[in-house]
Formats: sequence, structure tokens, C-alpha cells
Amino acid sequence: MKPAKFDYERATDVAHAIGLLKGSGGFTKILAGGQSLGPMMNLRLAQPDLLVDIGRIEALKRIEKTHDSLFIGALVRHAMIEDGKAPDTTRGYLRSIAGNIAYRAVRNRGTVGGSVVHADPSGDWPTAMLAAGASARITSANGARSVGLDAFFTGAYSTVVGEDEVLEGLSVPAFSDHARWGYYKICRKPGEFADSIGAVVIDPARSYARVVLGATDGAPILLPALASRVAAGQAVSIADAGAAIDAVHSGFDPFDRQIHATALSRAITKALAA
Amino acid sequence: MSDKGIGARILRKEDHRHLHGRANFTADIAMPNMLNLAFVRSGIAHGRLVRVTKPADAADRVFAFDDLVGVKTLRAVSKLPTYKLADYPCLATGKVKFVGEPIAACLADSRAEAEDLAARVAVEIDPLPPVMDMVASRAPGTAIVHEDWSDNIALTIQIPSDIDEVVRTAPVKVSGEYKMSRHAMVPMEGRAVLAYWDDRQDQLVVYSATQVPHLNRAGISDILDIEQRQVRVIAPDVGGGFGLKALVFPEEIVACWLALRTRRPVRWIEDRVEHLIADANCREHHYRISAYADRTGKILALEGEVTVDAGAYSVYPFTNGLEAAMAIGNLPGPYHVPAYRGKAYTVTTNKPPLAPYRGVARPGVAFAIEQTIDAIARAVGRDPFDVRLENLVPAAAMPYTSVAKKTFDSGDYPEALRRVARMLDLPGLRERQKRREPDGRLIGVGFGCYTEQTAHGTSVFASWGIQLVPGFEQATVRLTPDGGLEVRVGVQSHGQGMETTIAQVASTTLGIDPARVNVVHGDTGLTPFSTGTYASRSIVMAGGATSRACKVLATRLVRIGAHLMQCEAKDVQVKDGKVVGPRASVEFSEIGRVWYMRPDELPPDVDMGGLECTVGYRPDPDYGTFAYASHGAVVAVDPDTGVVEVLDYVICEDCGTMVNPMVVEGQAFGGAVQGIGTALYEESPYDDQGQPLHSTFADYTLPGATEAPMIRIDHMISPSPHTEYGIKGTGEGGNIPTSGLLANAVNDALRSLGAEVHETPITPRRVLEAIARARKAAA
Ligand SMILES: Cc1cc2nc3c(=O)[nH]c(=O)nc-3n(C[C@H](O)[C@H](O)[C@H](O)COP(=O)(O)OP(=O)(O)OC[C@H]3O[C@@H](n4cnc5c(N)ncnc54)[C@H](O)[C@@H]3O)c2cc1C
Repeated sequence: MKPAKFDYERATDVAHAIGLLKGSGGFTKILAGGQSLGPMMNLRLAQPDLLVDIGRIEALKRIEKTHDSLFIGALVRHAMIEDGKAPDTTRGYLRSIAGNIAYRAVRNRGTVGGSVVHADPSGDWPTAMLAAGASARITSANGARSVGLDAFFTGAYSTVVGEDEVLEGLSVPAFSDHARWGYYKICRKPGEFADSIGAVVIDPARSYARVVLGATDGAPILLPALASRVAAGQAVSIADAGAAIDAVHSGFDPFDRQIHATALSRAITKALAA
Repeated sequence: MSDKGIGARILRKEDHRHLHGRANFTADIAMPNMLNLAFVRSGIAHGRLVRVTKPADAADRVFAFDDLVGVKTLRAVSKLPTYKLADYPCLATGKVKFVGEPIAACLADSRAEAEDLAARVAVEIDPLPPVMDMVASRAPGTAIVHEDWSDNIALTIQIPSDIDEVVRTAPVKVSGEYKMSRHAMVPMEGRAVLAYWDDRQDQLVVYSATQVPHLNRAGISDILDIEQRQVRVIAPDVGGGFGLKALVFPEEIVACWLALRTRRPVRWIEDRVEHLIADANCREHHYRISAYADRTGKILALEGEVTVDAGAYSVYPFTNGLEAAMAIGNLPGPYHVPAYRGKAYTVTTNKPPLAPYRGVARPGVAFAIEQTIDAIARAVGRDPFDVRLENLVPAAAMPYTSVAKKTFDSGDYPEALRRVARMLDLPGLRERQKRREPDGRLIGVGFGCYTEQTAHGTSVFASWGIQLVPGFEQATVRLTPDGGLEVRVGVQSHGQGMETTIAQVASTTLGIDPARVNVVHGDTGLTPFSTGTYASRSIVMAGGATSRACKVLATRLVRIGAHLMQCEAKDVQVKDGKVVGPRASVEFSEIGRVWYMRPDELPPDVDMGGLECTVGYRPDPDYGTFAYASHGAVVAVDPDTGVVEVLDYVICEDCGTMVNPMVVEGQAFGGAVQGIGTALYEESPYDDQGQPLHSTFADYTLPGATEAPMIRIDHMISPSPHTEYGIKGTGEGGNIPTSGLLANAVNDALRSLGAEVHETPITPRRVLEAIARARKAAA
């Protein structure tokens, strides 16, 4: 299929993009890497009147390291992180995740910001960034705000980013030298969207532990009960993980529950073994 | 003989253009003034089509059934008793019968604008209850797809035989139910057609992604009621077919009709959504098998019931009945089955038409039979390898006529199985299974054996009485003035490498370098008639015809060559691309020069047919030559995720004389990976309202490079006694045994858990559900 008719504008900077978003009468969409929006437009699932292409805005490609965090501009491509173009402040966590998203052609164009705003439950960055404790920097005509990812996703394909707002990037806390992480993705084949994702980050030096379940029917799910067990260094069997899932979500069918429990248990095992 | 002829591992002539992106597919062809076509398709599986409302400002660019004046419906005939016609209208009329069925055709300058237009066409449908389950809808009282029928059964075939005595007395009986799920064919290139009227030639010229250009021409001419001389079908590069492109489909006819009507080039390029939801599907079979055996597992009798979900319409020209006919005829497989009783139903449902796909029915058959063999082995407590080996038709029995009246011409089936077991190191694997895998996965081994009836000809197709009955295949060969060779064949090569292999056949016959041979194919304007490429027939038939034609050409070269060397024709032979006499030799280029440019130098008694001839060929007998193989695989099953990984996959195949072993291996590997798709990944599921749940590759999974194991292959060579050079076909076989043997391997792995899966694709969900069922039964 081919997309329905649309207009196209290339934004020169963030302010210009916001102006275009606000100024248009109809349905306007930001275009970043186009790896999610493109297919949706081709299938006519998305029929925007206007596309605002932010692909040339240099400010959004910024990667900046501070003493306790790494800022990743929204337009940073998966491949740049895979290739080590961002300083490693997460003990290889971000780089490993980037390298296992889809396949190289998609990673060359897909952006971190696009992935997070698209909020596909099966996407890697929403789950991975939530587990890492990232926060989002969002800009509108009224200025910028910062939102922790635990308050960012409002459901499947749904976030707090408003229609006339631009995600500028994500700030990811730096992991300490003793931080450990585990990430386990279950999918039909490499490059395919996940059927389940377990993500675990433990950083005792920062008193930090998060366990996240992704690729569900909604936003990625935090499992604080498992996080405290993991923080205490306790192993989590598949049965334990299943029970923890039941406590936060009762709607999974037996198959989904089983693979989610397995993904979590295996991610935790990896983190504890790291 | 030449070192690049039959048997040589030479690279394909077609590789260069494909690897450099220089191939020319239908979608690469654009014409001035061209219109693009998009279809309005039914969103309802079963319903009464009440009204189609065209946008007022574009009514002349939208066409519905009533506009198709003079266009017949696609009618696939068969003389099999009980067969009912299920005509496929080119645009829906009366009722819609599956989601995706074309209702209206929309023309615009670009495809995107044609889709815009299609979105503005209003369609009103009164829904009816959809018929979705082939087994349930055999019963009376269910909704009926074709209202002039009394039930949903399109065809019933019976192989009656009295096996009651064996049934009563056999010491071992196993019964099973096996289900192969519906899926799509997914060639890299979908259907594609570009048609225009050529006033100068007085012809409708149709560029089409077809594997059967001459049948396509016959179909277009018949359905549009124009003379065949007025239709030329050209298949340019075609990106895979697998049987899909051996059919004539409504969208193609509509594109041709619109080209006639508008007198402008009209192009329709099927996209992936259309392919997945609206094009012919394949494979959906249901089996109930009972096998009777002695205490060692030797089969005494077999009883099978096959149900094929044929979808809504019967495909032109192969019909919806061929699957069931092939299934019931091949059910005993390569095994010695003394007694056999079978029944096959073809059932109509509200899904897209089902059509023969690479391997035609036999992958379903092998799925059922190979699991039956393993079930017998379990019942008698022996290794499935041993039971399988003892049931295979032995070499000493060749030629062997099976209980289903198939005559296997040559080969050593047990030896192929033994070699496969050796390649896998079966004893080592059995030891490994006793130890636990460090990662907690379970290891299983599976085997599958099959025969592949190839190049079956007139006698077989005539007995089915369908539109096409292949006869004598013809090839035209022509020496060019500079000593090169053109070979013209009516088949079509769309991935099989025939531009190379047919050149190799010519090379063996004439000694000419394949690099100097052009194989012209896929164009009704340039090639002799052929029913086309299907049934693994082309290298046997078109290769055989090429060989025969080259032999005739050789006699003419000899005559002229002898004259030029001033010696007797009897002392002269064609060798190494030359005509060689006792004292001298003449290059083909010299003979070409003389015939075309210096006829004054020709012998007075020269054959006036010149350096060009068309010769026909058909093997005798023509009931098909049987290739065969054994495949074996090792899988690891993760009992926590249900994920199956193929760790090892080996093949021992025998397709008689190999024209190019690399091409044979390519066919075997490609087939096996396609079989892995059927076994583990591919499925076109529907909800109970008949809505497809698989409209893009996001929800339709194909095996890719990461799912393809490094397949190891061994060859045996048992030339066919009936064919030119002893060649057998090999195009389809690779995927015949795969789902059966992978099911065996998975079930072998799951044995300690007491779980079994008997349905494709063997998805993680099906594996985990089987484990859960087994746990529940044990509890
Ligand atoms: C074949 C294939 C396989 C894939 N497999 C995976 C996978 O395994 N794992 C995975 O995580 N992803 C996968 N993806 C998705 C890929 O990672 C996408 O790149 C990503 O989801 C979207 O990023 P994008 O830059 O392409 O965004 P776009 O498609 O351009 O945009 C996506 C959405 O985000 C909005 N948007 C984009 N940027 C901003 C911004 N800065 N501010 C506000 N809104 C914005 C857009 O308006 C749009 O709604 C796959 C994609 C394909 C095509």
C-alpha cells in the first residue's frame, strides 16, 4: 500500500518544529527516523495531513556526558549507540540493547526518541530506558519539562508528550562501577519485535534496583517487589516471577504469563551472574 | 562432452544481473501514459453484496462486476467424479466469499492515487455467518459458501480397499490426527502485471510475473474472449513462484480488460498485504491416520482420511481438487504399504482459494505419515530410525508399484536414510539425550523420507481431466551466424537457474560452452508452446527437448561440416563445440557463416531446415520419474519458552543425473528452509468471523538467514531409466519432509515430558500448550 496524501515540512530547529506543530490546522506528526511512522502511513493506519521532519535538527543529535548522567538527543540513531558513538556510562547496557533492535537497516535510521514516543509495547527502548531510570526532556511553546519514564508512558502507543511538543532527548543516570544489569528478550527470530522483555538494573552504590517487564499489552510494567528481592541478591525462579506478575497484572493468558515470567527470571539470573 | 555440461558445478548465468540489481521485473517496467490499478476488497468474509457506490466525480475510473462486459468468470474444470464447479468471478458478484476478495477496480495515474480512489468507493454488504472450519463445515446444517450446492464439499475421492481383516487382527494399531495450517506462498515478488494494446501487432501485450506464460495466454484469451494470436504474454524476471504464479487470477484478468478498454497501459503490482490476505494460500490439510503393524513395527495396512480446506473458489487451471488428489495418492509415501484405504474431502470455506504450493500436498502427507511412523515406533518400543528403515521400499524392489499405483523407477531409499543417520551421528545423539543439556533445553532427533513424483505428464493429468494436460515439450535451437546457440523453451525460469542448466544440457549434447548459449524462455512470442514450469518438470521436459533438438541440429552441422572438410558425414562428429573430421575440424562459427552468409558454399543436399529446428520430447513412460531423499534434523526445545531451534539439518537426496549439483543443492536448501517456514513459523490464521490476523510481515513470520541452519547434503545418483540423460526433477522436494521430521524431532525432545505437538507451525505457544496439557493429564 501507499500512503495517503500529506504535506511535508522540514523543521530547521526545535522552535520551528513546535511552530509548525502548533500552526497547522489538521493532524500533524513529527517524522524522525520514519521506521515506525513510515510503515503505519504506508498501511494508511496513520494519515497525517502534515509531516514535520525533524531529521536535520542538529541540536537533537546531541550526546552529552555529565558527572552523573548521559544525555541522548532524541535523534540519536540506534546504530550510533550500537557503534559506541556515545560514551559508555552504563557498563555496556545501552550499547547491547541498541545492537539487538531489529536489524541494521532499521537501526541506521530509527531513533531513540522516536522509539520512546512511539511507545510500542514491544519496542526495546521504552522498557530498557525505564529500567535504567531515564527521564525525558520535553519541549513545547511554553518551555521545557522533565518527566521520569515511570510517569511517561500512559499505555500502549501512548505517552505524556502532547501533540505540539517535541521530545528533546533522554537523560540516563550513569551506572556505578558495581552496577549490574540483565536484559532478556523473547522473540520469534532475531530482529523481530519481542514477545516478552525482562530488564533488570541493580546499582547498590546508588541504592537503585529496577525490574521491568516489557512487550505486554500496555506500557512497560515496573515490578518493585522483584526489585527488592534482586537488590538483596536473591534469585527469582520462573514460578516466583509468575507470582510477582500476578500481583500486578491479572489479564495474561497462560502462554503470555509463562513467557513473561521466563523473561523476567532469566534477566534477573543474568543480572545476578554479571 | 564438455567440462561445463551436465554434472558441472558452474555458477549461474543469471547471478550477475540479480546480484547487481540489474534484473528486470514487471514492477521495473514503466510505460508512457500508464495507469495504475488498485482494488476495493471485501472486509467481510461472507455476505451479500448489496451495493457498490462509485464516487460521482470518478465513476469512469471505478469498475465493478457489472462493468466487466464480456469477461467470463474463471472456471476451473475437472473430470474427477463428484467435483463441483466453484467459479471465481473477476470481481465479486452476488456474495462476497472471503476477506480480500476484489469488488471494484480503481484506476489512477499512480498507485497511491488509485488507493485514494479505492478508499472513496462505498461498499454495502449484508453479512452472513462465515464458514471457517473445514472439518466442522463438512457436516450438514452449517452455512454454505456456494448457495447452489447442497453442502460445502467440493470433491470426495476414495481409494476403497478391503483392509477389515488386517484391522481386526493386527497386533499394533496407532491412530493420530495431524493438522497442517494454512499459510501464504510469499515469493519475494508478488503477482505483477502490466498490459497494453499494441496496434501494430494487433495484440494485447501482457508483462506478467507468471511461471506459465503460455497457459496464461490461453486463460486470458478464453476469459476475455479474444483470439490467442492477439495475446502475447511475456514473463520478464520473475521473483519466485512456488505454484502461485502457475494460476490465472482475477486481478490479472481485470488489468488486461482495462488495458483493452482504456487503450492505455495498465499496471497492477500486488503488494504484501494483498498477497497475504487475498492471494492464493496453501497447505491447509487435516489428517486422520490409522496404521496397523506387526510387533516389529512393519506396516500391514494404512487408513487415511484427508480434508483439504480449499477456500472459497477453485483456482484456474489447477482446480481446488488437485491437493486432495495428490494427498490421497501419495499418502503411503516411500514405504511398502501392503494395504491401503483412503478418503479425501475438499471443503469450501470463506477463505482465499487454496492452491498447489511447492511440494503440492506432499508436505502435508509427509507431516502425517512421518509422524505415524514415529508413533508406530513408540508403540513397539523401537527407535523410529529402525522402524522407518525397515518399512522403506528396498532397492531390490525397483521398479516398484505402490499400493496407490505409483511406479517408483529407481533408487535405494533405505541407503539414503542410513547415510542421513550417519551424518547426524545418531548413536552419539541418543547418548547425548541421556545426559542433560547444560542450558536446560531438550534435544530431539527427527527423520523424514519422501518420494517426489516429477515431470508427470499426459497420462497423469489426463486422468484428472483439468484444463491443462502437458504433452510433448518442445525446444527450438538455433545456431547463430557466429557459432553461438539460442535455445527457446516455453517454460519459465524464476529462480531455478534454467538459463544455466538448459545451456549445460546443450553443452553436453553439442560440446558448446554454456557461456555461448542463450536460453530464451517465458515469452509466448518467442518460444514454442509449453504448459510451463510446475510439477518439477522443466529440466526433465525442456532439458530433454533441448537435448533432442541439439541432436537434430548436430546432424545438420555434421552434414555441412563434412562438406567443408571434403569428407564423408559418417566420419565426422560433433565434439568440443566443433565438427571434427578425420584430418581437420570446423568451428561452429564457420558453419554458421556458410549457412547464413555464404550459401554458395553449402553442399547441394543440405537440409533446408538450416541451423534451426524445433523438436518435441516426452519421457516414455510419462507417468513421472521419482526423485527421493531422506532428511534428518536435530532440534533443541526450550521447555520454558517453547522456542524450537534447529541445531543440525542434513539431506541425502537422489534426483538421478544432476545437471548442475550446485543448482540441485540450492533447490534442496531453499526447499528445506521453506519447509522450516511451514514447520515452525508460517501461518495465516483467521478469527471466527473470517478476519485475517496476518496482514503484514509484523504478524506473519518467515524463516530468514538466522533461522536457516547450515544444511549438510549428500547425493546419490540413480539415473531414471525413462528420461533423457537419466535426469529427474528436483524443484519441489526440499520442503516435502521438513515439517514431518521437525515434528518428530520436537516430539522426540518432548518425550520425557509426555507432550506431543501435531499441528504446524510448531510455535512457542503450541509447544507450551502441549507441555501444559501433558502436565495436566499427568496430574
Ligand atoms: C522491520 C522493523 C523491525 C523493528 N524491530 C524493532 C525491534 O526489535 N525493537 C524496537 O525497539 N524497535 C523496532 N523497530 C522500530 C524502530 O526501532 C523504530 O525506529 C522506532 O520505533 C521509531 O523510531 P523512528 O525514529 O523511526 O520514529 P518515527 O517512525 O519517525 O516516529 C515514531 C513516532 O514518534 C513520533 N516522534 C518521533 N520523534 C519524536 C520526537 N523527537 N518528539 C516527539 N515525537 C516524536 C512520531 O511523530 C511518530 O508518532 C522496528 C522497525 C522496523 C521497520
